[in-house]
Amino acid sequence: MIEVLTSFALNTVQDKGRVGVRRFGVSTSGVMDPLALTVGNTLLGNDENAACIEVQTFPFRIRFTIDCAFAVTGADCMARLGEVSLPPWWCAQAKAGDVLQLNAPKRGARGYITFRGGLDLPLILGSRSTHLRSGFGGFEGRPLMAGDALPLCSAAAPTEGRVGFGAEPPDIAIPAPVDGKALQVRALRAGEYDLFPTAMQDLFWSTLWKIGMQSDRGGYRLAGPKLLLPEPVEMRSHGVVPGVIQVPPAGEPIVQMSDANTAGGYPKIAAVVQADLWRLGQAKPGSFVTFKGVSYREAVAAMDPVENYLARVGTTSALYRAL
Amino acid sequence: MLTDHAALAPFIATIAKDPKISSIGTLALLVEAPGEFTIEQQSRIWALADIVSSWPNVQEAVPGVTNLMLIFDQPPEALDGLSAAIVELWHNLPCRDISGKLIEIPVIYGGEAGFDLPAVAARTRLSERDVIRIHSGGEYTVCAIASSPGFGYLHGLDPRIFMPRKSVPSLNMRAGSVTIGGMQTGVAVVTSPNGWNAIGWASLPMFDPLSDNPSLMLPGDQVKFRIDRIEL
Repeated sequence: MIEVLTSFALNTVQDKGRVGVRRFGVSTSGVMDPLALTVGNTLLGNDENAACIEVQTFPFRIRFTIDCAFAVTGADCMARLGEVSLPPWWCAQAKAGDVLQLNAPKRGARGYITFRGGLDLPLILGSRSTHLRSGFGGFEGRPLMAGDALPLCSAAAPTEGRVGFGAEPPDIAIPAPVDGKALQVRALRAGEYDLFPTAMQDLFWSTLWKIGMQSDRGGYRLAGPKLLLPEPVEMRSHGVVPGVIQVPPAGEPIVQMSDANTAGGYPKIAAVVQADLWRLGQAKPGSFVTFKGVSYREAVAAMDPVENYLARVGTTSALYRAL
Repeated sequence: MLTDHAALAPFIATIAKDPKISSIGTLALLVEAPGEFTIEQQSRIWALADIVSSWPNVQEAVPGVTNLMLIFDQPPEALDGLSAAIVELWHNLPCRDISGKLIEIPVIYGGEAGFDLPAVAARTRLSERDVIRIHSGGEYTVCAIASSPGFGYLHGLDPRIFMPRKSVPSLNMRAGSVTIGGMQTGVAVVTSPNGWNAIGWASLPMFDPLSDNPSLMLPGDQVKFRIDRIEL
């Protein structure tokens, strides 16, 4: 068991999310930083979709009631196992009774804890992710609270392997272009891009957008100049996916994230490319972001460094585990 | 031959409009039916969804209101070729009947949960009883399930009881609220802020995450609201 000792708002159990049930109105949920989940599981030799705890409010503390290998990835939360500091993107062995604490990161927004074998929670519509708005999935369909006891998949755990090693964090392995202090993410034009006047299109690409304080797993509000259309555009309700940037009539763009509704009806100016969604998932409210327009071909090619990185982590982790 | 073509030309022109196809990031494509909303265009969307959902690399086909979003496992290599295939299919779709099931939903109209009924009556210049009579007398078609789990976008609301969405949503509107939003009606599935107007409440569960068929309503189903009780 994993016992939650300290948890503030909105820390949840997540995996990669629900696939194939959008047609029933069910959004994917799932981790905001999929690289952190994949690497956290890869280090331990888990299935890469094993459920983890996503921590976005700090400090967060758990106690292990049994011996258990685990990993901490995502933002550097200066994790401590008892009195021992852990490097970021690291796997380690906890003994029964050990307490793991994650602290507020200086950079990045979300830390991830994976466990050897994963968390033993029921699959709901094919996933263990918490669907907060509907109250199902994860642990009792809700954020974690002090006193919760999360079962571990001990029976299904992979054979024991060595721990005490780490992976190169992806923001070092795959450096992002930085525009001054702002994160730069790549984006593709979306369906209504051409309806915006050239001046508004230019404004979208040139603005240093501030991620508004009312931003969460559902979406990021972008504070900056207003992106206005010459006349209102009525869209019929249609499917949207994480990364899409919609512009409501007031002109303040919103980037949809993991918990976003399955449908939207606002004009879409652009969509963040898949390869950069994890970076955006680590952007804090109050930080700045700029968008760089890319072609479809460039957007697809942008996944290559990510996949190469994951492959490298997979190979080295397997070697270390076998030592 | 020439005369035959001339005779056919106007007909071809009306059906030959292409859908609009645009990408949403690297893994999704939106196909929008041309022209106004019609139930015929909506059923073409359902037919398109049935076929493309079995295409390789298509993870899911998600119907919206006269549109369809495709989600892919991997970024498609050739968007142009894929778009052309979708356009060609659009013009050669087999007919799909509206052959969904009929769902009857008992409603407690008015009362505590239907707190916007007086406002709807005032705005439409009808009595509250007339609003209820018109709403419960209609037959509705489920266009799409979207927005929240199991929430059906219902087509077929009588224009006499159209009611614009609120500019300030009601906080914590109860799950089960029977609502009117613009030219649409629906049953709220989760308790949450909601900009639609509540005229009643239904106890019938709309969504069960533990079921393989989690949503009571599916695209193409017919819905009738039956007066269970009126509380004025």
